[in-house]
Parts: sequence; C-alpha cells; structure tokens
Amino acid sequence: MTDPTISSNGTAPPKMANSRGIFAGRQEPVPLIFEMSVPGRRAGSLPPSDVPAKPVDELLPEGERRRELNLPEVSELDVVRHFTRLSKRNYSVDSEFYPLGSCTMKYNPKLDENVAGLPGFRQLHPLQPEQTVQGALRVLYELERLLAEVTGLPGVSAQPVAGAHGELTGILMVRAAHIKQGRVRKKVLIPDSAHGTNPATAAMAGYDAVTVGHNRRTGELDFDDFKAKLDDECAAIMMTVPNTLGLFERQIVDICRLAHEVGCYVYCDGANLNAMVGQVRPGDFGVDLLHSNLHKTFAVPHGGGGPGGGAICVTAELEPFLPAPVIVRHADGTYGFDADRPDTIGRVHGFHGNFNAALRSYTYILSLGREGLYDVGANAVLNANYLMHRLKEAYQLYVDRTCMHEFVLDGRTLRDHGIRTLDVAKRLIDYGYHPPTIYFPLIAPEAIMIEPTETESRETLDAFADAMLAIAREAREEPERLHEAPHVTPIGRLDEVRAARQPDLRWRAGTQRKAAATPAEARHEAAVQGRV
Amino acid sequence: MTSYAPTTDQEREAMLAAIGVQSIDDLFRDIPPHLYKPPLDVPEGLSEIEAWRHLRALSEQNLDLDHYPCFLGAGAYRHYVPAVIGHLVSRGEFLTSYTPYQPEVSQGTLQTVYEWQSIVCELTGMDVSNASVYDAATGVGEAARMACALTRRRRVLVADTVNPLYREVLQTYTSGPDIEVTTVRAWRRDGTRLIRSESLADAVDDSVACLIVQQPNFLGWLEQVDGLAARLKASGAILVVVVSDAVTLGVLRPPGEYGAGIVVAEGKWTGGPPDFGGPLAGMFACRQEYVRQMPGRIVGATVDHDGRRGFVLTLATREQHIRREKATSNICTSEALVALSSTIYFSHLGKQGLRDVAELCLQKAHYAADQIGALPGYTVATAAPYVMECVVRCPRPAAEINRALLARGIIGGFDLGRFSPELTDYLLLCCTELTTRAEIDQLVHELSAID
Repeated sequence: MTDPTISSNGTAPPKMANSRGIFAGRQEPVPLIFEMSVPGRRAGSLPPSDVPAKPVDELLPEGERRRELNLPEVSELDVVRHFTRLSKRNYSVDSEFYPLGSCTMKYNPKLDENVAGLPGFRQLHPLQPEQTVQGALRVLYELERLLAEVTGLPGVSAQPVAGAHGELTGILMVRAAHIKQGRVRKKVLIPDSAHGTNPATAAMAGYDAVTVGHNRRTGELDFDDFKAKLDDECAAIMMTVPNTLGLFERQIVDICRLAHEVGCYVYCDGANLNAMVGQVRPGDFGVDLLHSNLHKTFAVPHGGGGPGGGAICVTAELEPFLPAPVIVRHADGTYGFDADRPDTIGRVHGFHGNFNAALRSYTYILSLGREGLYDVGANAVLNANYLMHRLKEAYQLYVDRTCMHEFVLDGRTLRDHGIRTLDVAKRLIDYGYHPPTIYFPLIAPEAIMIEPTETESRETLDAFADAMLAIAREAREEPERLHEAPHVTPIGRLDEVRAARQPDLRWRAGTQRKAAATPAEARHEAAVQGRV
Repeated sequence: MTSYAPTTDQEREAMLAAIGVQSIDDLFRDIPPHLYKPPLDVPEGLSEIEAWRHLRALSEQNLDLDHYPCFLGAGAYRHYVPAVIGHLVSRGEFLTSYTPYQPEVSQGTLQTVYEWQSIVCELTGMDVSNASVYDAATGVGEAARMACALTRRRRVLVADTVNPLYREVLQTYTSGPDIEVTTVRAWRRDGTRLIRSESLADAVDDSVACLIVQQPNFLGWLEQVDGLAARLKASGAILVVVVSDAVTLGVLRPPGEYGAGIVVAEGKWTGGPPDFGGPLAGMFACRQEYVRQMPGRIVGATVDHDGRRGFVLTLATREQHIRREKATSNICTSEALVALSSTIYFSHLGKQGLRDVAELCLQKAHYAADQIGALPGYTVATAAPYVMECVVRCPRPAAEINRALLARGIIGGFDLGRFSPELTDYLLLCCTELTTRAEIDQLVHELSAID
C-alpha cells in the first residue's frame, strides 16, 4: 500500500490555493440587490400595449389596487454583476469535489441541460390537450418504465418532486392500502439511523414513529429489537438500504418476510439507491415501496436545494393507490392521463411533478443504457471503498466492513486533541473542499460521512485523502489552526446563535447598508490590505 | 453508450489491489448472491449525438407555445422570461451547488434566498417568508396543516373558487392527520349569470382553523375579501390566501393589507417558462408570530467573528433533520433554483416593470373579453373585476369550441366543464403580456367562424 501521507510535505496543505474564487480569502459582503437600488433606474423593456388601453381605474377599483411596491430599481448590468458575483461565492460540482455523504453529488451531464432547454419541452402548458404533448407524455411514461426496471417495482409515478415528497406519497399509499383492507394501523417503525425525513413523514401521514435500534457491532438494524416491536399495529417499516452508515442490510430479505407476515409494508428510502443501481433491485429483496431521488441517483443538478425529483416506485399490489392521474400508453400507441383511479391517494402536486427534472433523468438513463447503469453502482462502491481504505487508519470507522457507496468516519478519533468533527469539516474548506456530511447519522457521534460517487477520478480521491490525513496530523500538532478554520473563505465562521435569537429574515425599506458604504470604498480598503 | 465515470480498467485494478480484493464482485458480497446483478431490460446506451437526436425529435412532437397561440391559464401562466435569467441560473455555481448547509462556501445561494424572502414579503405584505415550498398546491396543504397546529383545531374551510387541483392536493395532504376539509360555496349560477358569493365567512365557527381563499380566484375574479379576516379573527381562525400567479401582485393590494395570516403564491411563472407544469416554486409567507410553525428552510442574516455580514440557514429547530417526528413538515429539498429565477425576475423588472407587465395583462384580457363579448352567442361573466383571466359563456359546449379552435391551430381556453358540471358551456380565457392583439383577433375571428 502507498504511504497515505506521501504527497503532503507536512506544512502546506496540498491543495490550498488562495488565488481561487471562493478560496480567495476574506472579502467584503456583496450588497443586497435592494441596497443597490437607485430611484428611477430600470432594466429591460416592454412593448407598448398593442390593444386600446383603458384607464386602469375603470378595470380595477381603487380599493383593490396596490399603492406601494418596494422592489429594487437597478439596471440590467447591475443584475448581471450582482448575481454573477454571488455565484462566485458558491461551491459547486462543476468546479470542485463534493464528498457529501447521503447526497450523491455526482456530475450533472451538460447534454441533459441542453435537452431540458429545448423549447419543445419548455414552452408547454401543463393543461394542453393530450394530443398536443405526446412527446412530453412519452418521456414521463418511459422514464417511469425505466425506473420500474431498475428498482424491480412495477408501479411508478414521477409526480412527487423531492425525496421527502416521495416518502409522504408512499406512506399515504400505505395508509390507503390498509384502510382498503379494513386494517387499523397506528405505527411506523423507523431505524434510529434513518434520515429525519422518515419520522417527519410518518407523523405527517398520521402515524406514530417508533424507533428501532441498531446493532453496534454490525451497524445494521437490531434484529431482535425489530422483532420485538413488529406487530399487527405496524403500518410500515421505513428502511434505508444501504443504510446511512453506508452498509448493506444483510438481513433485508428476512426483515421484509417478517414484516409481510404481519401485514406490514416495507418502505425503502431510496436516498442511497446509487449503490444498488445495476447490482440489486429493491423489489427483488421484498421492498414494497421506494422513492428515487432523481437529483441524486439520476443526475439532476441540485440547484442549491432543488428542484429535484422523488419518483415513487411500488409493487403491483400497491399500484392502484398511486397518485392520480397516471400516465398510460393506449393500445394505439398514443399516451395520455388516466384519472379514473378509484383507489388513488389523490394528487400530490399542482400538475405533473417536476417534468423538467424528469427530462434530465430520462436523458441520463438513456445515455448510460444497461451497461452504463451497471457501471454506476460498481464504480460508486469502488470509489467509496478505495477512499475508506485510505482514511480508516487515521480516522477510525464505526464499523470496519466493506462499505457500499459511502462510509462514516469516527470524528472521536481526534477528541483527545480537543478537535471536533466540526473543526475537521471547517479545516477541509481551507484545503479547498466542501466538508462531508457531518453529525449524521445521529447514531454515530461526531460522524463524518463521505460519499465520493462514481464520477470522481482516482487522483481526486487521492488528493482529498491527502487533505484529510494532513488535517489529522494538524489536529495533533497545531489544533488551534483547526479551531480558527476556515481561513480562506469570503467570510469566517458565522454567529448562528445570533441568527436564531435575533432573527433577521428579510430586508426592510429604509434600512441602511451595513457593510462598507460603497463598492468603491470596499475596493479601496481591500487594495490597501493587499487583497486585490 | 455514454459513461461519466473516469476510471480506466487499469486504475480499477490498482484500486481493487489497494483495497485488498480481487474484483468488483468482492465488494458486493453482502448482497444475497441470488439477487446480485439481475438482468436489466434496459436498452443499450446512446452516444451523445444519438441521445440528442432522440430527445430533440420527441420535443418536436409537442405543439409548443412559441408556435401556437394559447389562451390557457387556469393555474399556469406564460410570461416573458428576460434573457438574463437563463444565463445567470445556468451558471454551474448556482446550478450544481448543494443545499447551503456550509455557510462559508455557500454565501451566494444563501444571499439569493434572503433576497427572495425579502421580495416575497414585499409582494405579499407579510412579515416573513421561507426559502420555497414545492408549489402553490402543496403550499396550500402545508398552510392548512400549519393553521391547524397554530390553532390546535382540525377543521379547514376552503372556498370552491380555489383552483381545483390545489384543492385535490389539500385533500391528499390532510388525509393522514385527520383534518376535516369543508368546501365553501363561493359562486352560484343564476340563469346564465354567474354570481360571486358575498358571505364566505358564514361557515366560520369556533372549530375552524382557517379559511383558504384564492385571489384572484380560479375563475379569474377578485374574491370579496374585505372584512373576512376580522370575522375569522373573532373566531380565532386564520385567513389563508393563495395567489396562482405572482404577477398579479404587481397591481393588486398585498394580502397582508386585508388581514391574511398565511400567504401562498406560485413563483414559477415569474422567471420561468411553463415547463409542462414543473418544476414550480411555492412562495410561503406568514405573520411574524407564526414563524416557528412555518415549514421549510429559512435564511437569516448574521455576522462572522470579524463582524462581516453573512447569511445562514436558521430557525432549523422547526425542521425534520433536527426535530424528526415533531418537525413542522418533512420538507427538505425544495425548489431553490426556480426561486432564484424568480428572484432575478423581480430584481430585473423592479417596481415599475412588474406593474407594467401586470397592466399589460390586464389590458389584453379586457380587450379580448370586449371583442368576444361582442360576438353573437357569447357573453362575458362580469361578476367581479378580473386581471388576466375571464369567464366566457359560449353558444356550445366549451369542449367543442376548443376542438374546433385546435383544428385551426389555436390552443383554446380552459373548459370549465372540467371544474363544474354546471359550466360545460363556459371557457376560462387567459391573456398575458405575451398575447398579441393579432392572436386575440385571430381567436375572435375563428370563434365567429365556428357554427
């Protein structure tokens, strides 16, 4: 094995580069767009009315009309510069590696963007007659069929627009199925390693969330606790497979079988589907429902927090409960909506879900094809195991086992030096990396959760591993550098307590610019300090 | 086939050796062997050229609104999207960034969300806003749940003039937690006339958590909202107002002025093309005192240790990742990029531009109504003022009219027979600033030619 510290000289972080965008050091805040406003300034232009204009008073009574509207008054160049400047204060997949566990920050192909921009898709009204949107309906229909094949669950609706939305859809379907069969169920079992959305979803659907523990040695569901809590009051168990420690639940087939014996459905949180693509199908091991985060596994860009997609995939038994309408292919080969679904849970979105996101996933899956899909799971798991192997000496693992697409390091390794996971995370920024997911799963104190995805190269993984190892060394030798990190970002650590105790959630007319008085002054100050 | 994974066969072998295993299969030993690597009935992959050709061909099977006049609104509205928006939101730094949990490397997204929240508050006249919900329809569902939590009551009233699709989602969202939804009649038909109900608040009593109204309502009319909030307040209930196109707020008084406690608005049409109805972005705003029951992410301003202004996600103790089953909602991923498009749109149009767009819509819709109303057999409903949508009674079923129009290359209006069986002869027609006089005149001409 190579020496994991070999590419680092022990003093300078291997990737620290102060000249690059977001890592260029402290910068003055960008003024709010409202603070740039100059009375009378305008951007854009509109044509004069080509119809005879009537006095507005005649059309809308005075009492119904707005008197005042405090929107910014800026030029078009002001707008372009403002948002371009703000964009430069963001980390992104296009520029850097995101080792974010549970988030699957893979590359988002540019072809998919071009497809999503085609006017024949963008300029469609959602209520147009079906015969005028056959291409769009075919995209949704075929995407649903492809997801059915990949998950092994034949009933699919792309109407849910996010993972948590898919969860709600799924658990409401569970509820409807129990009611249909005359069964009264009160509880949903949820492992203590689950995402917070799982218990929140169960509560939203009217169930009591009951926590099931985990086995500390294997990192898997505590099978005895599961059996003790499983009874005929359980509507469903929400399993994350692989689980949030990045481990495949080896007893999943038995878990599904036992649950089914008492009429309890098995819901699979598909947040970690990337590990299983092409390798194993959740439907084959007994899962009844699964949501697929299109913005994780199927490459829709995250957009700073959406839009995503949360397609719900279910067994044939649960298919009648899917949100309505469903998309069907008629005998004559045309596509349409079928709203005549007596058992449906109803609609979960104003229209047809995030069509423009679905379009990207459809393009992505067609581009990869069968062989490409096999490679997704294989390379995702290879990359994770390689990175885990490089880091598991310096940072211990909660469970030392072959991982799937992600793994969780134990930040307590550095506790003796007064270093917490948060310090490691912030110091990584100095090395040019977005921190991994931290303090999750909750069952792993000081968790550092890393998911490299299949689209990162070995060099990228090595450079990241070098940075992590350098930080472990710094933690022992100069821990204060970690406490003060990050040093290279436009701002330092923020006062989050103040943000919560004295909420300042919006600009208000009449407030003064708080930062440097003018851009010119800010620049002058920066130049004096040698930063420009 | 296309691959986005960079790893070569040689690198794979070296990585497997470093891990200490023989093959990729060794990494999947935890999967039951009989389930491992199932045959997948998925086509062979496509090269970029093939994929592009296929998708472009599918896009051309649709009749798009760049090429066909369309008078559909009914919850989805086509406005001009200034060129700057596409360029700015497709910057990789916005497009491919993650949720801003790490503020030091996410100030761009965080500041734009703070600006969005500020704009939403200005438009709606509310105190606080979140970073977005999925759409107006789910926003209505969230608002109903929030009102029930705030009042500790389980009855929700909704006017039947709220978009029927929003009401369907409301039903779904309230089906789990045992919330009773009652629909309140807000219009009636008197012969051929449609009449606006003046007594929406009559159904309110001390068991009601909220009344949900849409402004303008699904029929395009301004709902009678004066005095509603006071009646509700006397019963301890909350007025929820939903707006299906934020452009209308450019001319209409903000819901905060007439006492709304929670406001939901669709923010997609201001900055985004119709996109076959998704992704959308729900604006969600409320009064200050309700903020801790609000669903979704919220960004707040604070300072770093040197006193520099910066932005962070805040009040997270409402959210699922902290509160789990006690969270105000399960929402996590929302619609950030759509909200960014909308933020840029409102910044670009500014206070005068938004008013101008709204007034153009107003003029065009009234011109169309006047022209159609002058046709024999057609009458325009005049129950209340309207902005950009009007109800037209046709001499024949609206579905037939729409079929005839489509045969002439026009996508007609919304057939209100789908809304109510009493209205099969009624069309809901929408005009925006993108509707030209020539298109309206063509519509009128074709209507007059249908016999």
